[in-house]
Amino acid sequence: MKLKLHVWRQKSPKAQGKMTSYDVKQASPDMSFLEMLDVLNEDLAQKGEDPIAFDHDCREGICGSCSMVINGQPHGPEQGTTACQLHMRKFKDGDDIFIEPWRAKAFPVLKDLIVDRGAFDRIIQAGGFVSVNTGGAQDANCIPIPKHNADLAMDAAACIGCGACVAACKNSSAMLFVSAKVSHLALLPQGQPEKTRRVLNMVNQMDKEGFGNCTNQYECEAACPKEISANFIAKMNREYLGASFFSQEE
Amino acid sequence: MKLDAKIPSGPIEEKWNNHKFDLKLVNPANKRKYDVIVVGSGLAGASAAATLAELGYNVSCFCFQDSPRRAHSIAAQGGINAAKNYQGDGDSVHRLFYDTVKGGDFRSREANVHRLAEVSVNIIDQCVAQGVPFAREYGGLLDNRSFGGAQVSRTFYAKGQTGQQLLIGAYQALERQIGLGRVKMYTRAEMLELVVDNGRAAGIIVRDLATGEITRHAGHAVLMATGGYGNVFYLSTNAKGSNVTAAYRAYKKGAGFANPCFTQIHPTCIPVSGDYQSKLTLMSESLRNDGRVWAPKNKGDKRAPSQIPDAERDYYLERKYPSYGNLAPRDIASRAAKEACDDGRGVGDTGLGVYLDFRDSIKRLGKHTIQERYGNLFHMYQKITAENPYEMPMRIFPAVHYTMGGLWVDYNLMSTIPGLFVLGEANFSDHGANRLGASALMQGLADGYFVVPSTLSGYLADLPRTSIATDTSEFKKAETEATDRLNQFINIKGKKTVDTFHRELGKIIWDRCGMARNKAGLEKAISQIPALREEFWKNLKINGTGSELNQELERAGRVADFMEFGELMCRDALAREESCGGHFREEHQTEDGEAKRDDENFAHAAVWEYKGDTAIPARHKEQLEFENVKLATRSYK
Repeated sequence: MKLKLHVWRQKSPKAQGKMTSYDVKQASPDMSFLEMLDVLNEDLAQKGEDPIAFDHDCREGICGSCSMVINGQPHGPEQGTTACQLHMRKFKDGDDIFIEPWRAKAFPVLKDLIVDRGAFDRIIQAGGFVSVNTGGAQDANCIPIPKHNADLAMDAAACIGCGACVAACKNSSAMLFVSAKVSHLALLPQGQPEKTRRVLNMVNQMDKEGFGNCTNQYECEAACPKEISANFIAKMNREYLGASFFSQEE
Repeated sequence: MKLDAKIPSGPIEEKWNNHKFDLKLVNPANKRKYDVIVVGSGLAGASAAATLAELGYNVSCFCFQDSPRRAHSIAAQGGINAAKNYQGDGDSVHRLFYDTVKGGDFRSREANVHRLAEVSVNIIDQCVAQGVPFAREYGGLLDNRSFGGAQVSRTFYAKGQTGQQLLIGAYQALERQIGLGRVKMYTRAEMLELVVDNGRAAGIIVRDLATGEITRHAGHAVLMATGGYGNVFYLSTNAKGSNVTAAYRAYKKGAGFANPCFTQIHPTCIPVSGDYQSKLTLMSESLRNDGRVWAPKNKGDKRAPSQIPDAERDYYLERKYPSYGNLAPRDIASRAAKEACDDGRGVGDTGLGVYLDFRDSIKRLGKHTIQERYGNLFHMYQKITAENPYEMPMRIFPAVHYTMGGLWVDYNLMSTIPGLFVLGEANFSDHGANRLGASALMQGLADGYFVVPSTLSGYLADLPRTSIATDTSEFKKAETEATDRLNQFINIKGKKTVDTFHRELGKIIWDRCGMARNKAGLEKAISQIPALREEFWKNLKINGTGSELNQELERAGRVADFMEFGELMCRDALAREESCGGHFREEHQTEDGEAKRDDENFAHAAVWEYKGDTAIPARHKEQLEFENVKLATRSYK
């Protein structure tokens, strides 16, 4: 296949970026999208040009590193798929493909397609955990959990923290990411003692990081490579409302 | 090199408990005066960093990814073993211990394995308390599944994403400590050198991958949880960033490297499809519960699989190993696939593949049941290959997956450098020559949550509590070494890219030190690798500079170390004149082609000592004593 790529190139965080075009002369339909970029990068490196920088690691769709907007869609056109698991057979010979980084105030560009997603870690620091130290846990089967709740918690916990939800949202909202963690822990008995402060602190941190609000467009759900349901946002809103009314005085 | 394993005395069931009592403690008020460096944030690193911070130590943690949550532990699919015996099927700590020693083909250290089996039960408790959503039964209790190499159901799992859920649990514990200010986290930070001062590990030299800045970090102890070295083969199931640099730098500073030739080749991966291929994808071992493995009986049979009648199919695992059939252990199943392909009976365009066929189980159980059990894997297979495994058999081929070898550690997980501790896949102690499925997650978390927090205090208690200076000559020297190397890469200005070199190295290692090895091939590799290395240092082409985000430069450093390490691997494989587990020497096999161990001469861990860039490394031995599990030949017939 022959392709024309248009890629966001930005040398450093403060540098001015721009779209640059490249011809890919030989792509195979069996290649993954990132392998197609590897081939282009080999070509650039050979010519003495700076290869396109992009985050990637496991290339199995689970680490959450890869992060690029392909033809306007985070992770590209295939539903429920990360960019690393997207294959070139999804495209046609002669296609123009536009590749950009996640665009959000809270995710500043470091170089080309690489952004800083440290904001997500800081949201987890604000409350996305159960405060148990190592060593004192009771026997695991002392906490029976209805299968339905455990399965639902697992559906929320499947989030890979890639940030596609933010990139897809016109408000750059992180509600899907935050609600997945709030819901995962709120659905389990282990998460109950801290559920009030967890949701308040995480939402507070989310706002501080500069993410926008949710206006119910569900673009996040459509873009999510793990198909996390937007129902969790509703759950988080209920948790937040409850916590705001009934939170204890510290 | 002195190899004192420091195995506590007494019966094996009491060693760990007694040892914990004998270890010196650090008073709670003094813990914060000790600085501890943790390199790596996978299961072992994140769990250690979080636990040590909870205890009160002053911890710094480093990972090369953009967040600690991305470490490659996250990709583990199947599950985690624990001797809970929740199924009442006769499991016990002793049985898990026994299975692991036997599965490792009697090349692991008994005392370490027993401790692993003991703390396995605490791991599950800890993870559940953190909110890890393990699979459950309708009664609300935890569910288990079976895995290779065991006759009991002791594997806990969270869908096909167990590694992800366990890592997120450890990551959340770590983030909690970061938020509390007890761990200083450095992301996009790669360790380039270990600093050894006055004979003790004193710190590390780190490159900030976003800015290129080089910094010094000092600690009273350095914990390396830096994973395995499977990417020496270029193509493996490891993440693209996984590398040997931290471990190899420590080796060059005096840490012994044990059994580097013990690598695990996993039998069920998606075959290579072209030269551009960047990595290999695993299909879970669990598929072999219902899939039947076969190759055509006739050489060069190019018919579509559905056109090949049963009489012309060779279900070779069922034929060769009737009692275990398709569930033969990984090392054996991989070699059998290679044999069929070497015989000219491989399938697919490259001839490097065999079939994993679900036709019969779909007929027996119905498509729905198969979909319920393996739907996500079938979906992934279809995405990658564009073939529908419900209608035609999967094509599979073995691929490099895990490395049992690693830095040598004593019972306390301390290397031959005092103050340097090694955790998880990066060390060598628990899996011998072959790892059983669902045991890697167990070991990573055992080391991080339960072992090192105890043994570290025994080391620190004897140290002065004054902080370690970074302005010493040793730190300066290590920093200069690191920056000089980076400058060298950039200044070569040759013609070949770093990936080209990596592929060439990988091909040598795969051909000569892969699933089957022999003397002539290994000797050839030992002459080819230095030649390739020489070319690397003369003809490498790296664009850009060292003072910016430069992914080519990052890879150059990693590949440079693989270039040296690959040779060490081949030397180890050449010196081990026996076959055991994943190490198959063609000269040492039984008449029907099975691995032939030599317990009289090789019941030891081979520990390599660096002797200089031009000198041949020295091979030392830690003799392995088997007092609780009797040495026996593994048979799966």
